[in-house]
Amino acid sequence: MAIDQATVRKIASLARIAISDAEAAAMEGELNGILGWVEQLGEVDVTGVEPMTAVIPNTLRLRDDVIDADPLTGGNRRDDVLANAPAAMHGFFGVPKVIE
Amino acid sequence: MTDLTNLTVAQIRDGHRAGDFSAVEVAEAFNANVAGAKALNAFIVETPEHALAAAKQADADRAAGSLKPLSGVPIGMKDLFCTNGVQTTAASHMLGGFVPRYESTVSQKLWDAGAGMLGKLNLDQFAMGSSNETSYFGNVISPWKRKDGGNAALAPGGSSGGSSSAIAARLCPAATGTDTGGSIRQPAAFTGITGIKPTYGRCSRWGIVAFASSLDQAGPMARDVRDCAIMLENMAGFDPKDATSLDMPVPNWEAALSSDLKGKTVGIPKEYRLEGIDPDIDAMWDAGIAMLKDAGAAVVEISLPHTKYALPAYYIIAPAEASSNLARYDGVRYGLRDLPDGAGLQDMYAATRADGFGPEVKRRIMIGTYVLSAGFYDAYYTQAQKVRTLIARDFDAAFAVCDVILAPTAPSAAFGLGEKMADPLAMYLNDVFAVPASLAGLPAMSVPAALNREGLPLGLQIIGKAFDEQGVLNAGLAIEERAGFTARAEKWW
Repeated sequence: MAIDQATVRKIASLARIAISDAEAAAMEGELNGILGWVEQLGEVDVTGVEPMTAVIPNTLRLRDDVIDADPLTGGNRRDDVLANAPAAMHGFFGVPKVIE
Repeated sequence: MTDLTNLTVAQIRDGHRAGDFSAVEVAEAFNANVAGAKALNAFIVETPEHALAAAKQADADRAAGSLKPLSGVPIGMKDLFCTNGVQTTAASHMLGGFVPRYESTVSQKLWDAGAGMLGKLNLDQFAMGSSNETSYFGNVISPWKRKDGGNAALAPGGSSGGSSSAIAARLCPAATGTDTGGSIRQPAAFTGITGIKPTYGRCSRWGIVAFASSLDQAGPMARDVRDCAIMLENMAGFDPKDATSLDMPVPNWEAALSSDLKGKTVGIPKEYRLEGIDPDIDAMWDAGIAMLKDAGAAVVEISLPHTKYALPAYYIIAPAEASSNLARYDGVRYGLRDLPDGAGLQDMYAATRADGFGPEVKRRIMIGTYVLSAGFYDAYYTQAQKVRTLIARDFDAAFAVCDVILAPTAPSAAFGLGEKMADPLAMYLNDVFAVPASLAGLPAMSVPAALNREGLPLGLQIIGKAFDEQGVLNAGLAIEERAGFTARAEKWW
């Protein structure tokens, strides 16, 4: 099914990517080209086939129920976590005002 | 004195151990090659001091009798692996200036094994691309040229194009790569080097910038099969920080290398014979079949009936996972922030992501967002996941009658930069032979096998059963010994 420019803008909005009208026009053609090509998957008979969720059979493990089981992913790393934030302040992530 | 940069990983390791040269001499030689090869644009960040520090430690360890598996070996690190204190960008504007405060598991294992880092290697932005033309830091150039008298700049393949170009140009003896849908194998084939993607889960994904998590897998790239085995031994292993990490021992792949294939059966998938493919590719494939027969293997034709659906399934699944993974780039926690005057939080997200992502990354996020959106999820995403099951079943059936599968790595030799950028679909088709093994999570490797009529390298791909990296490496070694591929790019940079 073909998508139009309104749909392109809707997808961009869902994806939180600002696009101009010119970009939306260009993307309409590109996305339709790709989506038209992947639609051939519809011709495959998948009756009774389970969707794959894990490519190599594996069971999820539980880690030991202890604090800071791994020093890299444990707690007390606030400064490391904030080190690359564009606007860290007072030990928090800074964001623009969200309440008028 | 021999040029140390012509040595393989095994030769550096053994020569250093024997006292033929110091690790510092090796590091200095490679640092000089890196510094002299700006024209290839293979590195985003050079770290000669890291390589030298590791080399000094290696020389001290030798004196103390405490050598490690990779002591004295300097390597290149794809800039998708987070490195503590060294900028990690995934070749994106979004992560420009991002300096991790932690080390990826795979890179940490390599440093623990004694390796040094020559620098962070360029790649396609967020590993999305097959030519290295989507990097925010500019194209990587292949050291290879067509022998037609022209001077066209060729693609080193992608996404691990910095890795492939650097190894082919002797800027490093080995490098890390990552492979989501061919990103180790296709660049290896384009540049006449060797690379292996192990079974999904062998190498921890922790600390690797995520693209499509059910497919992403790290692996080594080097000049020969032995070096790939050595590197992989020092990259693989269980990691509790990655939920999909395989809790299995790491075999001694190097020690068990054997090119004697007696008793082994090689499958030739008939669906990989593409209509209208370059006759040089088919000729190389036929030569490869003869080499494996010569090594003692039996050869059977096999069928992988869903092959033609692998690429379209991949281009639903990978963008879907990417759209989810890349949602983390919001301008709040790390990386770029674009805050237009008077903008609120939502506007900041949209402006940051518009500015920080390149066109191919946006394209994939948009496709992924669409196929996961309400009303289309089952028609696209669930259908692709079901087709993925069928593709894996094809391989299961094939491996009932053969031990490894032999096919070309890519449908063509390296193309010129710019030749395929206008049409995303034409670019995607480059990975037609690589993607099925990725979807099935299987180990697969590319080995250089021939030059085409333009004088450019072509690669053969060996696909193995899950966990059977040894079978893949051994078949690769049998080809390597018989193909006698010694060609290298003439230095112009």
